[in-house]
Order: sequence, then structure tokens, then C-alpha cells
Amino acid sequence: MSATHSPPTAKRLNEIEGPPPRTAPNHRPSPRAVQVGFEDEPDNPLARLTPEQIEELGREFDALHDEVFAELGDRDSRYIRSTIKLHRQLVLAARAMLLGSRYRPLWLGGTAALSVAKILENMEIGHNVMHGQWDWMNDPDINSQNWDWDTASPADAWRHSHNYEHHTFTNIRGKDRDLGYEIMRIDPHQKWHPVYLLQPLYNLVLMGFFEWGVALHDLNFDAIRAGEKSKGKVNRELKAIGVKARKQVVKDYIAFPLLSAGIAALTSGRRGSSSSSARSSFSSTLAADFTANIVRNVWAYSIIFCGHFPDQTYTFSQAEVEDESRGGWYVRQLLGSANIDGGPLFHLLAGNLSFQVEHHLYPDMPSSRYAEIAPRVRDICRRYELPYNTGPLSKQLGTVHRTILRLAFPGGKVRPKPGPYRAERI
Amino acid sequence: MAERGVPPRVSDGRRRVLNLIRSFTSPLLPDDYLELVNPLWSTRELRGRIERIERETPNAATVLVKPGWEWEGHKPGQYLRLGIEVDGVHHWRAYSLTSDPQRPDGCISITPKLVDGGKVSPFLFKRVKPGTIVRLGGVEGTFVLPDPLPRQLLFISAGSGITPIMSMLRAIARAGKLQDVVHVHCARTEEEVIFGRELRELAAEHPGYRLHERLTGVQGRLIPTQLDELCPDWRARETFLCGPAGLLEALGERWQRDGEEAKLHVEHFQPDTAVGEGERGQGGTIDFCSSAIQACSDGEQPILVAGENAGAKLPYGCRMGICHTCVGRLRSGQVRDLRTGRVHGQAGEMLRTCINAPEGAVEIEL
Repeated sequence: MSATHSPPTAKRLNEIEGPPPRTAPNHRPSPRAVQVGFEDEPDNPLARLTPEQIEELGREFDALHDEVFAELGDRDSRYIRSTIKLHRQLVLAARAMLLGSRYRPLWLGGTAALSVAKILENMEIGHNVMHGQWDWMNDPDINSQNWDWDTASPADAWRHSHNYEHHTFTNIRGKDRDLGYEIMRIDPHQKWHPVYLLQPLYNLVLMGFFEWGVALHDLNFDAIRAGEKSKGKVNRELKAIGVKARKQVVKDYIAFPLLSAGIAALTSGRRGSSSSSARSSFSSTLAADFTANIVRNVWAYSIIFCGHFPDQTYTFSQAEVEDESRGGWYVRQLLGSANIDGGPLFHLLAGNLSFQVEHHLYPDMPSSRYAEIAPRVRDICRRYELPYNTGPLSKQLGTVHRTILRLAFPGGKVRPKPGPYRAERI
Repeated sequence: MAERGVPPRVSDGRRRVLNLIRSFTSPLLPDDYLELVNPLWSTRELRGRIERIERETPNAATVLVKPGWEWEGHKPGQYLRLGIEVDGVHHWRAYSLTSDPQRPDGCISITPKLVDGGKVSPFLFKRVKPGTIVRLGGVEGTFVLPDPLPRQLLFISAGSGITPIMSMLRAIARAGKLQDVVHVHCARTEEEVIFGRELRELAAEHPGYRLHERLTGVQGRLIPTQLDELCPDWRARETFLCGPAGLLEALGERWQRDGEEAKLHVEHFQPDTAVGEGERGQGGTIDFCSSAIQACSDGEQPILVAGENAGAKLPYGCRMGICHTCVGRLRSGQVRDLRTGRVHGQAGEMLRTCINAPEGAVEIEL
């Protein structure tokens, strides 16, 4: 270590998502940071880049961010408004069809429309609005602080565990609780425990009931066990989940089934048949709502698990990221995330989390811009010989499930990485 | 958090029904679906539809807005906060209402002056289309006519300072009480007199309304001693004055010296112009504690603008010190109120970032 280069003072990461502040004058990676770690990943691109390159790369990513934000305007506002409008129209259509849910075609149409509506609402609208991607509009109706979404987890708790913890500490082992969600062994560095033998099983349960998993995950069981959270706080959070869950359950499993039943009773002619058609309407609407929630859960789970757990992604030890610079933060997001290939409709339904790389570089950028900047991000990857993780859904999801199965058992190795991105030039 | 319009007055029955339907729409509100049909039906906030834009002068235009719910009324002379989307971003501004409260068509109007380099006024002036939906915030202001109406009145206005006074004149005329009113209005040229035609018509119809148009481009600025000519009995009149700071100051002194100060009512508030005319300081640095962003102000820029320029995401509303949307807790340092020039600041105080500039180094919890 050179004697003249004094290591920078580590600045605590503040409670915001995004890279360390630009204005911090002495943010240079300490030489130590590029020397420790990487034992089992000697080709880790972070180790190969010089501090100067990392700094330059940080500037390039900042410039791209600023370029997009200077352009935001009418086109973006129209996009989010029309997406929100589409969601609400879909909901109305779905709920109207499900009033006649005892007729098979209406059940099918209604359930499909409701599933798509819930997916659109959770992924492209809720997740992104709550990230603050549309806060620049200064519109109280499309604002991260006011928004609540159609899922079991209360907005506030999620914003903390997701926006702050996950986006700040992405893929840092022991700090990013989204790495296996505290219940799975998703990285070979995690110590094996016999309970993981069950993970292929509870992985399936989590898939179907993902929204409840997310709600409970926000409670942070590790912190509760370690006694870092006061009892009062845990109780308040539990109560918030209870309130939110009750509203969700009342809507999907009581209010709408009752409405269908009432309409069936009123519209069926004879007395005797009216109570039986009311009963069958109640249960068919309930089944439709349940199915739509499961469909949404499986879809959200699949897209989200493909974000950080495919083979291509890297994880980081805490030592590796000590005194991380702004450029280093960008590189970590790039290495720790993976995209999914697809067309515009697929990206819309994925809430543009199929551009997980772009989303992690710029969590506050309107999602509709990710596809537009992707070629520029790939170009940066090519020039700095960094990987750009992407692949079709089948491949990404396949490697995730293979890892979950393999790591249920002891041992396991870090999967081979794809190496630098080399393809198109722009 | 972004600012909203005022909650409209809605019948209890309707609120109860909407609350019941909430079980079906949670976490959204029934409003969210009703707004698909008509955005004016919102019961969360009052909105309005722009009906017409009427050009008054080369750089002032009247915007007629029909509120979604029945207009609860205002006192002539008050101003309204209005929210409108320009280039995807929602902006709030305060404008004097120029309509009187009892318009038969239920519309209200504002008459913004075009501010070059502004954001909202050029939009209202050149680009806005009838049918545009705006948010309507609270009505505020103490520059209002006393009740009962004084027998003798004097209005002194300059430029767009006519706007609150126009609402007063219209209300008095509608009530048939335009009996002893003197109005001195200053504008640079005749064509720059906002509401010029209407004022002259009023004067022609009502002998009790005496209008003096003073064209400063020809006759020069109004100086306080000229009052004695224009309105010899000014001391006896309840006087309402609205215009640029220089005029307010000069006339204010005259009342202080020779008149009865209690009879003079002054509107300091000047819509859609720079933050204020208070004395400027040296500026300083601003540390935004929650984003760890550092910004710098030259003494002219308020904390809000300096922070935005440095890339901080800060809450804001009216940007003129009215709505308190932008407040943040001061951790340390002193600030200068740009409207008055007053230096103040105590640790822990809630500060409006839109009207205060740092005076030396400050830390603010935003």
C-alpha cells in the first residue's frame, strides 16, 4: 500500500437509495478494497478495474442519469397516466365480468383480466411509483409517499426494506436481506443448515403466496431475533400488516363474492334456484379472486427472483465493498443484477424489472426509460469490459431453480460467470 | 409530499356511500375510478376545468375556470392557489381572483401577467387549451373589503396590481353600491391597462365611480404629492393599494405622515414574480442532512432552488412562501427571508425553503 495515499474516511450510507453522494470530495476506493476478497472469484471485474477507471465510469453513469432527467416531460407524464388508466379500466372490466362468474367464459375472462390488472398494478405502477420514479411530476396522486398497492404488504414497511436496504446494500452478503429472503440458501457462501433441505418445498409455497412472504419479510426477523427492534415497533408493524391484510381479504374474499351472490340471487327467477345460484356465484367469484392473486404472486416471484439470483450475478463480501466509491457502487449494481430478454408487452408486465440492471443503476428513473438507455449501458459495459447480465426468462428462471435445489444440500460452488460484454457498438 | 387542492364540500350522504364502496376499491378510493369518467368528480380535492382564455393586454390574460363543485365563494381581493401541469411537472402558483364571488355562470377567474422566463404564466398565456383540468387550492388573503362597505373608497393600483381590485370593483358594482369610489390606476401605456375597456365602461355607467388612468410612459410615475390633485379628500377614504414595492413604500409613507394609517390597506403580495424584494445577503452553503447533498446559494437563490440545482429532490408547492409544503427542520445556521430581508433561524425551527436563503452555512433536515 502506498504511504502517500491515505484511505478515505468512510461515510455512512444514508437512508436513501442510490449511490453515495457526488459531492463527497474524498470518495476514492481504498487500495485495500481492491485487494481483499475475491478469493473464489479471481476474475471479479471489480478487482480488475483501476480506481481511476471506476471513478470515470461513475461519471459516465451519472451523466447518463442527468441526461434522462433533463428530458423528462409530457411524454413520460402521459405514459404513467395512461398506464394507471389502463389498470383501472382492466379492473372495472374484470370485476364486471366476475359478477357473472358462475358462467364459465365470464369466469375465465374475468380472472384473466384481474390477474393482468393486479400484475400491472404491482409491477409497473406500484413498485415504480413507490420507488419515487414519478415524484419529479410533483403530482400528489402519483407520489411515492402517498401510494399504496394492491398487495398484502403495507407501503411504508416495504419502502424501507426494499428501497433502502435492498437497493443500497444490493447483493452484499449479510447486509442485503433480499439475498435468499432470510429463508433460503441462494448463494454458496451462505452456511448450510439442515433446514435448507426443505427449501425446494417452501420455495414453491413462497411462489404461490409471494405477497404474504414479502409482507412478513418486511418485518425483518433477523433484527427481531437479534433484539435490534423494540417490541413496540414490531407490534406496530404487525398491526399495520393486519390492517392491510384485512382490507385485502375483505375486498377479494368477502365484498366481491357477496356482490356476485347478491346479483345472482336478484337475477335468477325462481325462489329455490336463487339461493343456490347465489351460493355458486359467491364461491366462483372467490375462486376467481384467489386464482388472480396466485397468478400475480407466481409472476411477481418469477420476475423478481430473476433479478439477482441467476447464475450470472455476483455477490459481495462486506470487506469487498468497504469504502465503496460512487463508481464502485454502480459496478456492484451492474454485477449483482440480471435482465430478462423480451418484447415490449413482456417488459410492461414485468414492470420493466426485466431491465433489472438499469433499474438498479437508476432506481429513481421512470421505468419507461430503461429500454431506451439499455443500449448506452451495454456500451459502457463493452468499453470497460464488464458483463451485462441478461437472458431469456426460461434460462434465467431455470438457473435460479437449479441453484435453489442444489444449495438445499451442503457445499456448492459459485457458478461460472459470462465475462465481459462484447457485442453491438453504438 | 406534493401539494393537493382543498377538499371540496361534499354532502355527508355522498361521503358515506363512497366510504362503503371503499371496501371494494381498497387500497384505491372510489374517486380513483370515478375520475376515469370525470376528473372533476374528485371528492379528495377541488379541481376545475379551464373554460376560456381571454387576452386582456399584450401581456396579461384572463383564465376562466369552472370549479368541479359549487364555488364556496371568496372575499373580493383574496388570492387562490392554483395547480397545473406544465411539461409533465405539477406547479402551484397563487393568483388574485379577478372574478367576483357571485358570477351567475359559477366560474372564477384569474388574470396572470406574462412573466418572461416563468414556467406557469407563459403556459397559461400561450399553450393552455380549454378543457384542461387544474387543481384548486385554498383561498387566502386579508386584503379584502370591510363589512359593511365604507361609504367612500379609494383604489390605487399599478400594473397587475389591478387584479385583486378588479374583483372588488365587480362585486361592488354587482351589489349596486358603486356610489363614491375613486380609482387611480397606473400603467405604462393605454394598451397595457388590464381590464381597460371594462373599467371605462364602469366609469361611463356609474357616475359614482371616478377613474383616473395614469399612463406612466407619458406622465411619469405617480408621486405621493399628486394625490392631492387626483383625490383631494384621500384622507377621508378607506384606501386599497396594490402595486410594485416602490409605489407601496412611497404612498405608505404619505399616509404615515399626513393621513390615517388605519385607513390604508396594502397588498404586498405580487403573484408569479421573483421571491421577494427584501435585502439580499452573501448566501452560503446548505447541507441537506437526509440526502447528504451539499448546495450553495449566492444569496439570491432560496434554499429550495439551490438544492434542486445541486440535484436534491425536495418537496415544494407554491414556491412563494404560502403553502408550507416545502418545510424542513433547521439543524444549524441562520437564514435570510428573501421577502423581507430579515435574518433569522433557530435550531429545530421549521423553515420554508422556498423563501429563505442561507446566511452562512446551514444544515437542514431534508
